[in-house]
Amino acid sequence: MAEHPFQHPSIPSEPTPQIHQTPPTQQLYSREMFSTYPGQVVADYPVSVPIEHRFDPYVDNGGTLLSIAGEDFCVVAADTRQSEGYSINARYVPKSVKLSDKTVISMGGCYADCLTLTKRIQQSMEWYRHAHGKTMSTAAVAQMLSIMLYQKRFFPFYSWCILGGLDEEGKGAVYTYDPVGSYERESCRCAGSASSLIQPFLDNQINFKNQESQRQQLSLDQVVRITKDSFTSATERDIYTGDYLEIFVITKDGVEVQKMDLKKD
Amino acid sequence: MDHFPTNWGNPRAENVDSYNTYPVASHIGTVPHSVQQIAGYGHTNGHPTSHTQSPVVTGTSVLGLKFKGGVIMAADNLASYGSLARFRDVERLHQVADFTVLGASGDMSDYQYVKNLIDSQMIKEYNADDGHTLATPNIYEYLWRVMYNRRSKMNPLWNTFVLGGVHKGERFLGAIDLKGTPYQAASIATGFGSHLAQPILRKELETLGGEDQISEEQAVKIMKKCMMVLFYRDARSMNKFQLAKITEEGVTISEPMSVETEWGFAENIRGYGA
Repeated sequence: MAEHPFQHPSIPSEPTPQIHQTPPTQQLYSREMFSTYPGQVVADYPVSVPIEHRFDPYVDNGGTLLSIAGEDFCVVAADTRQSEGYSINARYVPKSVKLSDKTVISMGGCYADCLTLTKRIQQSMEWYRHAHGKTMSTAAVAQMLSIMLYQKRFFPFYSWCILGGLDEEGKGAVYTYDPVGSYERESCRCAGSASSLIQPFLDNQINFKNQESQRQQLSLDQVVRITKDSFTSATERDIYTGDYLEIFVITKDGVEVQKMDLKKD
Repeated sequence: MDHFPTNWGNPRAENVDSYNTYPVASHIGTVPHSVQQIAGYGHTNGHPTSHTQSPVVTGTSVLGLKFKGGVIMAADNLASYGSLARFRDVERLHQVADFTVLGASGDMSDYQYVKNLIDSQMIKEYNADDGHTLATPNIYEYLWRVMYNRRSKMNPLWNTFVLGGVHKGERFLGAIDLKGTPYQAASIATGFGSHLAQPILRKELETLGGEDQISEEQAVKIMKKCMMVLFYRDARSMNKFQLAKITEEGVTISEPMSVETEWGFAENIRGYGA
């Protein structure tokens, strides 16, 4: 290699390969091989090399979300704390967004991914409205979201999604997703950092698991009370849940938002 | 002077330098030593394209606080090279629009790149001459997309940015980190400041009754107090900093200033290797 005119004088023009350990002394042939990069030597015996760090593009911003379907209503709720490790970034960063008069989306996980995904959904819904002259139904948004998540199967959005709303018959609908787009319609679901605390409680109180005799159709008031209790309890034990609770109530009259204080510690 | 960090000192490998006093640890033999080599640093010169794996010349905390009628921000004038206080007159608060200030912590070369991106965008908007300019929330959205796209390419801009401003009578204070995480709050502190200054800022907000109850004088006092605490405990900070104030009247970025410190107690400290 020719000497570069701008080269620093103290540095040799061709740096010698950094192999810090001597190769085994008895060898019949040179065990050093040349890689596809000219001048770079590859050895097939252990060498001491600096540690390589790989950038992790994900961060878990915590937070808990929940949705419960009723006969003619749907409740979507989420706390508003945004965390990074042991730090609280901000106390009011909403996780739920109203998509239409019949649909609300809530997401937890990596907030940057969640916000990006939310904006994509909103953009697609607007295009749909311009193309078809009507608002997307909850079932259509639900399937679209699954496709959007699966499109990024090999570099997924780190987001736990719950879609709540009313179906074409006006019945409450809850769709739940994993980060790569598997989805199913359920009667209730909790996701996010305190999901393992709340979901068993919902199984018992909403789906009446292990208390079949108590089964009944729950009213909106009962569902909202169970939701509030779930979050106040989760806040006690989960450090990533707290600050405020935002409850979206979806009925045939539209979407109503309630805000409640949670503990800020 | 020689602007190539790799030529400044004694490059050390991480297995030797476990305290990471030298920030670029893993470049022995592959570090570009000249402009010529950098120009052909991609596949053309026989090396794979490399991404920023860690910051090199860094700025420490940036602080931001909303007060009655505006937003105040603070950052010191130091750009460190590992533990070396390398550049002592760096301005880390930059006015990007009539009512917007950008503050940067993290890698200073990435900051200069982003500053250039935003300034170019502002000039483009100005040249359009259509009566529109980018307001603080628009710049924030732009900055968020830039940061998120770079992290998605696995080649992040190694910064946490704080954007402060006023738009349509509303105060704006938001932060974005290298993973594209955006958040807005009444008080923001990046880096070491998130541990040392943020608790002070939140306490002041609580005791004074929120961002609408803090006067400009009080805000300045709080900021100076936070910068003092950071100077006492953050080893990568400096007692020379600037304050930026954004109100309906516009932006004022102060001259560098310092706070009174008292080190008499230091003699009596025992432990911590002293």
